[in-house]
Amino acid sequence: MDFSSINPALLIASLMVSATPILLAAIGEAVAEKSGVLNLGVEGMMIVGAVVGFIIAVNTNAPLLGFICAAIVSGIFSMIFGILTQYLKSNQVATGLGLTLVGLGLSALLGRPYEGMKSPTLRALDIPFLGDIPVLGKMLFSHDLMIYFSVFLVAIVWWFLKFTHAGMVLRAVGENHDAAHALGYKVVRVRMLAIMFGGATSGLGGAYISLARVPQWTEGMTAGAGWIALAIVVFASWRPWRVLFGAYIFGGVTVLQLNLQAAGASIPVEYLSMSPYLITIIVLVIISSRGNQGAPASLGRPFHASS
Amino acid sequence: MFKLEKRPQQSQKWIYLSPFLAVVITMISGGILFAILGENPFEAIRIIFWDPLFDPNFASYSRPQLLVKAGPLILIAIGLSFGFKAGVWNIGAEGQYIMGAIFGASLALAFYPMESKLIFPLMIIAGALGGFLWGMIPAFLKAKLNTNEILVSLMLVYVAESILASVSQGLLKNPDGYGFPGSRNLQKYESAANVEIISNSGMHWGVLFAFITVIFSYIVLTRHIQGFNIQLTGEAPRAAKFSGVNPTANIVFCLGISGALAGLAGMFEVAGPSGQITIEFNSGYGFTAIIVAFLGRLHPIGILLSGLLIALTYIGGELAQLMLGLPGASIQLFQGMLLFFLLATDLFANYRVKIGTN
Repeated sequence: MDFSSINPALLIASLMVSATPILLAAIGEAVAEKSGVLNLGVEGMMIVGAVVGFIIAVNTNAPLLGFICAAIVSGIFSMIFGILTQYLKSNQVATGLGLTLVGLGLSALLGRPYEGMKSPTLRALDIPFLGDIPVLGKMLFSHDLMIYFSVFLVAIVWWFLKFTHAGMVLRAVGENHDAAHALGYKVVRVRMLAIMFGGATSGLGGAYISLARVPQWTEGMTAGAGWIALAIVVFASWRPWRVLFGAYIFGGVTVLQLNLQAAGASIPVEYLSMSPYLITIIVLVIISSRGNQGAPASLGRPFHASS
Repeated sequence: MFKLEKRPQQSQKWIYLSPFLAVVITMISGGILFAILGENPFEAIRIIFWDPLFDPNFASYSRPQLLVKAGPLILIAIGLSFGFKAGVWNIGAEGQYIMGAIFGASLALAFYPMESKLIFPLMIIAGALGGFLWGMIPAFLKAKLNTNEILVSLMLVYVAESILASVSQGLLKNPDGYGFPGSRNLQKYESAANVEIISNSGMHWGVLFAFITVIFSYIVLTRHIQGFNIQLTGEAPRAAKFSGVNPTANIVFCLGISGALAGLAGMFEVAGPSGQITIEFNSGYGFTAIIVAFLGRLHPIGILLSGLLIALTYIGGELAQLMLGLPGASIQLFQGMLLFFLLATDLFANYRVKIGTN
């Protein structure tokens, strides 16, 4: 085996690429869960975003437009979950699972004519000065727009939840929806918006897989990224910067195992490719053994204004 | 707008009515979907729901397929229904199904080419054990450390898929297979083959087991204290706690039984209809069974009926693929829509809907 073929600077650069889809999906899900909604449909919303982004980008040759449409369509798609759980009071776990199953079916249907095509990808930004720094420039400042946008989004969510009135209302709704309702806040409306935000960022995350990371369309290509995003939200104790940290750790594991595969490690490929999932389980175990701190108190509970 | 009034008790009438309503709405919106795809909606619906059973050209082939497809779905869904009732969410049945198949096939291949009447019963035990052990991982973590069983059981599906890929190219690979991945064909190994009990009916041992499981779970849920505890935990967790229901035992029971049944389903599949361990052995039964369980109202008899219905959509979907060139994924979409409409119509069971502002 040849370890020298693994270049640390490239490793960090590709770590950011492989972490970004999970990061985008996880930050949106964190907001939804902060409002008290457990949406298990992340995987479905991601794959719908992936296929929509791909179709738009291939047909218009404008990847950025692909991302925008992916966010819009996945946002609308998440409203199925929103209407069912918030207005029709369905079980959140079952509805989220349904969303994932429908998303997988719908995307396979839509994407069939596009199998095997190549999509246009985002160009790497050409950042003057910073991009020219040896090693560091290649590592951090030679990426495409979406990577910087995802980090920016984390900052925005952090600021929104911590420093704005609307963010406080959202957290109040998630902690105690009855009290929030008694204070006159619109619980259902807040949750619908949070679900839609989660849908939109999941769509972006999915589109990042089909437009930047791979860039191709294959059926079921999100391969559990949405579920890993859900796990990262738990890992992060619902805190935005920890979501970033968690996503980058998982990105690192994924990239490292791919690099080991490429370097011809003596570990069989199948064991390497199961490692991200195994590590997710191990992390979940460590987190839960400390007790799930920071879980919104109303998470997953149905709300019905009885008055 | 409309106003909802919570019913003090679920409406019995709507509990039975809403699945039928959901099926009708799904057929209508499915028809619209097919019309958008450029097909005659009435013809498409007929091909999916009617032709597999009654068309003279296809029925002889597809009627037995109904049981072949329904068997594993019912087995898995019955297991899941215990957990779903108690609020233990095993969504990794697909992984337990794979592990059951690997365990069962490994046992058979270990004995190959010896012939003995004991091999098949041993395979049944091995299959159930494989699924059971795979289900015990999330159960143990949930009971001891309160780790989220949804995420753990799901992650284990991907791990099981990797193991499946590994063994079908390595450990269990057919030595006489000219280098192709995949195990020996168990259907050609008499002692291990899961044969049809009545020829040309599709009724293999797994289907028989599915029917037995329906009866067994009906008795457990209506006559046994464990069934009562499960229902109590789901409907009134606090009351269950005060009445001394052991939550650990509940988690282990629910994940154990659903794991074992999913493992059995996998074992019967690999020894029967599929015949061998290959990379593409699993076909999503573990996920579709979730829909079957909900559509059947988590009730054994309901699951029996919904398992047959979903099996019909599989066969009808294949026929529609053949006749109309509809993509296979449209059936997956169809099944998902069915779940959505069911969840939506459940509103009527739990709430009174009043039109008007007050």
